[in-house]
Amino acid sequence: MLELKNISKTFNAGTVNEKVALKNINLTLEDGDFVTIIGGNGAGKSTMLNAVAGTWLPDCGSVIVDGVDITDMPEYKRAKFLGRVFQDPRMGTATDMWLEENLAIAKRRGKSRTLRWAITRKERDEYREMLKQLDLGLEHRLTTKMGLFSGGQRQAVTLLMATMNKPKLLLLDEHTAALDPKTAAKVLELTDKFITEGKLTALMVTHNMKDAIAHGNRLIMMNAGQIILDIKGEEKKNLTVEMLLEQFSKASGTEFMNDRALLA
Amino acid sequence: MDFILSLLRSMPGAISLGLIWGIMAIGVYITYKILDIADLTVDGSICTGACVCAILTVNGVNVWIAVLAAVVAGMLTGLITGFFHTVLGIPAILAGILTQLMLWSINLKILGKANLGINARAVKVIVTQLDKSKAIMALIGFVAVVILLLYLFFGTELGCSLRATGCNQNMSHAQGINNRFNKILGLILSNGLVALSGALLAQYQGFADINMGRGAIVIGLAAVIIGDAIFGHISVNFGVRLAGVALGGVIYYVVYQLVVWFGLDPELLKMLSALVVAVFLAVPYVKSTYFSYTPRFKAERKARKIAARKAKKAAKKGGNS
Repeated sequence: MLELKNISKTFNAGTVNEKVALKNINLTLEDGDFVTIIGGNGAGKSTMLNAVAGTWLPDCGSVIVDGVDITDMPEYKRAKFLGRVFQDPRMGTATDMWLEENLAIAKRRGKSRTLRWAITRKERDEYREMLKQLDLGLEHRLTTKMGLFSGGQRQAVTLLMATMNKPKLLLLDEHTAALDPKTAAKVLELTDKFITEGKLTALMVTHNMKDAIAHGNRLIMMNAGQIILDIKGEEKKNLTVEMLLEQFSKASGTEFMNDRALLA
Repeated sequence: MDFILSLLRSMPGAISLGLIWGIMAIGVYITYKILDIADLTVDGSICTGACVCAILTVNGVNVWIAVLAAVVAGMLTGLITGFFHTVLGIPAILAGILTQLMLWSINLKILGKANLGINARAVKVIVTQLDKSKAIMALIGFVAVVILLLYLFFGTELGCSLRATGCNQNMSHAQGINNRFNKILGLILSNGLVALSGALLAQYQGFADINMGRGAIVIGLAAVIIGDAIFGHISVNFGVRLAGVALGGVIYYVVYQLVVWFGLDPELLKMLSALVVAVFLAVPYVKSTYFSYTPRFKAERKARKIAARKAKKAAKKGGNS
């Protein structure tokens, strides 16, 4: 499904601010894998996601989706295969545009945008049905500007927009980090639902160990730009926070230094 | 009484000019409001439109073809700015300024000299100040067609994606929208409209002049701001908004006439326009920065000031003794 081969990335190379973000990352995802990624600040979690999304070009290595090498494909063209939800709820939707317009834009992801009407009446009913699944009462607010919704509502809509076209790969970059615990739980529940129902392959970055353990079928831990743990199958099902911490210190030779992840 | 009559007599002229600049303002609206780019190309492209239209008309080309050529020339100027901005990564404002400066030379080459008259009695034109009532009718037609076409365009898949680019580039990128292409497209559309306005202006006033675009962006912004302030509250409908912007241009020129009528030195008018636009642009910031205190905050701040003064006095006394 997804293959990362020898991806490395150094930011500000040759300056005092040089930062090695990814070191020889190799990762292969099977169809239907739901991988959670955890690690301390600056471990390279988001950087790895951005490498897949095409935010910048890697220094070396290649990104392969379904056998097609997309390393040189510009970000907007890759969007055809990818659904993305960001950490900042303001980033995922166009705040000055209506809810239905946002959905219509997502509906046409990967298709050429022509001079046909942006939204048809048939689509509108479709959107209403989709929004009902979110169970947030948004189906009655199709012509409300996105900017008037709460962060949780926006993340739920962004999630819907990311998954409605069945992307080959869903990229979730700490998409619940900016939400209060109750809303975050709701958005995570929706995430599970969409991934299971759509049989999607997904990468989810999180800072919350419990979430990383409770969701998905595979867990990756990163440290200093490298993948240091890769736990799947039965082992993943029986995982606890304590075991994870122990394995982390064994693999990295240091203590896990992220209070946010421990306290959450 | 004569004064008032002269004012009334000047109104049709003000309305015609207002409508012409209204088309220009709609062009500015596309970049400034929809794409969130301050495009200064317009100072040059309005003149390009005027020059192309003037030189073709004077040389016996059908006036409609001349106007069409002017629009195409304007679109090319937008393409240049778009190229500078998106492909070469030059900040939008600078890209516009560079194109604008380039256009000063290009316009001079097109026109062949600094000023070229169009004799409305000798050649056929669409609008002329010699027949103001006909001009107003024709201009209303132009404005209506422009608004209708834009209204339809921004309701399409492509138009919607253009709005998304202007609103949130992260979102549009993630949804597979080519932001570069959309920005260039918006700049092309905008400058095409601005050049259309320039072509009509040259016909209306009977000449094209190499300096006629100076400060055009300010008039365009003024019309956009007036239109938004008055009609933004009436309806969120996009068509109504565009009509509001065109009417903003008309209001600008009617006020302009009034000010002249009251005896203000016309040489000061550009300064006045710039100041008015500065004030309107500043309002949202000033309001949120200096006038957003709650009554409680104000009361507490007053108490803090008094306490600080008392403390200072006490310290002084203590120091003396």
